[in-house]
Amino acid sequence: MPNPPHHANTHTRRTVLKSTTVAAASTALLPDAASGAASPAAANPGDVVRVTLSVNGRSRVVDVEPRVTLLDALRERLGLTGTKKGCDRGECGACTVLVDGERIKSCLTLAVMRRGSEITTVEGLADGDRLHPVQAAFIRHDAFQCGGCTSGQIMSAVACVREGHTGSEAEIREWMSGNLCRCACYQNIVAAVADAAREVRR
Amino acid sequence: MKAFGYTQARDAADAVSLAHRTPGAGFIAGGTDLLNLMKDGVQRHDHLIDVNRLDLAAVTGTATGLHIGGLARMRQVAEHPAVRKGFPVLAQALLASASPQVRNMATIGGNLLQRTRCGYFRDTASACNKRAPGSGCPALAGWNRGHAVLGGSEHCIATHPSDLAVALTALDATVHVLGPGGPRRIPIGEFHLRPGDTPNVDTALRPAELITAVEVPNSRTATGSRYLKLRDRATFEFAVVSAAAALHLDGRTVRDVRLAFGGIATTPWRSPDAEAALRGRSLTVETISEAGRALVRDAVPRHDNGFKVELVQRALAELLNGMGGRR
Repeated sequence: MPNPPHHANTHTRRTVLKSTTVAAASTALLPDAASGAASPAAANPGDVVRVTLSVNGRSRVVDVEPRVTLLDALRERLGLTGTKKGCDRGECGACTVLVDGERIKSCLTLAVMRRGSEITTVEGLADGDRLHPVQAAFIRHDAFQCGGCTSGQIMSAVACVREGHTGSEAEIREWMSGNLCRCACYQNIVAAVADAAREVRR
Repeated sequence: MKAFGYTQARDAADAVSLAHRTPGAGFIAGGTDLLNLMKDGVQRHDHLIDVNRLDLAAVTGTATGLHIGGLARMRQVAEHPAVRKGFPVLAQALLASASPQVRNMATIGGNLLQRTRCGYFRDTASACNKRAPGSGCPALAGWNRGHAVLGGSEHCIATHPSDLAVALTALDATVHVLGPGGPRRIPIGEFHLRPGDTPNVDTALRPAELITAVEVPNSRTATGSRYLKLRDRATFEFAVVSAAAALHLDGRTVRDVRLAFGGIATTPWRSPDAEAALRGRSLTVETISEAGRALVRDAVPRHDNGFKVELVQRALAELLNGMGGRR
């Protein structure tokens, strides 16, 4: 989904998050193991580690403590707020992203564990202004109300379609069960996933 | 989460050596249980050793059975052709666990080490002998609907939450570990420990030991194995009661059988008495209900969980009926 334009004198939630990214820089930087350093990455409590991630096809560098989850690194260091923080306990699925093509819950993994991984967030699905078939299907089927779970649902659905778990409504419900919707739009979500699967296969 | 150090281990020996010499260290693999426990302050580590890059993720069908690397992911094992063909209970138990996302992350070794879902254990405002030894067990006289009716003690009645461990118990698996003293093998039946007087000790793992693999032997019972999981909702939920049966039937006669249960006990629960009620006999309504009665003979129901005593017998009957009991 394209980002809305930023106005010079307006502090949006995104710009506030971006400015805190700069403040997070620290002097105790450690080399990135993925860059070819001989010894394995090691950090002491409180140390900040430099982590290179590939996010939506772009190489991104974040300086984080080991305790920072991938979810927080995406949202608060890279300003990619499309990925949502719901329960932060792996139960709701709002934080679902693809890592090396597989769907995972980004609240249950540390950014430092994902050095060198290819990460796709909801911001990386569309091709310019052309929505991904799953995104388009969610709009066609009105598969959301408040939107809090939607990017997680969409990311999970992209993987669900790719995995081929869309043979029936029951199968879709089972394989989308890691994503909860408090507005209970499940009927329309299931319809959107089924429709997107047909679209992708065409 | 409180701050912790981090090291990415190069290989298994490196990981074990790091864990051995680093105070307050723990291994992190999938992280799906550990990070929640650390966020909630239930478990604390000063240092995490990342074992994800270790070469321990392969799943291999061998001449004698199945070799599952400790770092194999749940999905990978569930989808493996050798697992689906020769050990169906394993694939079924894995697919009945967690969510698709978590199954992409969580490892076989980590699954065996997951901590109980007891609400008192996971709430640091509560007393809990498993989390804070000697502080008491509020579940004994409190809300214990999810708790164990078998294998408990006056210190703890928390259930073990793993479906995988129940399936592996029915399959007579062996856990391979590497520690500072070298490698050793632990039969699955000796891996998880009953709470007794030390409910804070969940498993037979010694300090700095790492699960490197799980080995499952080929058998006629494994080929004819099945899992039944009963939950409070249709999916993405822990078991209220579950049953795994590995059965070798000759006509209607039970040549051999192994039965294991989840949700009812403090450990993945094998019932030799229930197996004895079936072995060598015809699989009938009568022998199945005899097996069920043998299973719960020593059950100690509490205020809210007495229903499990009946439910697990029905689950066993349902499972075995579907495997040939009605023929």
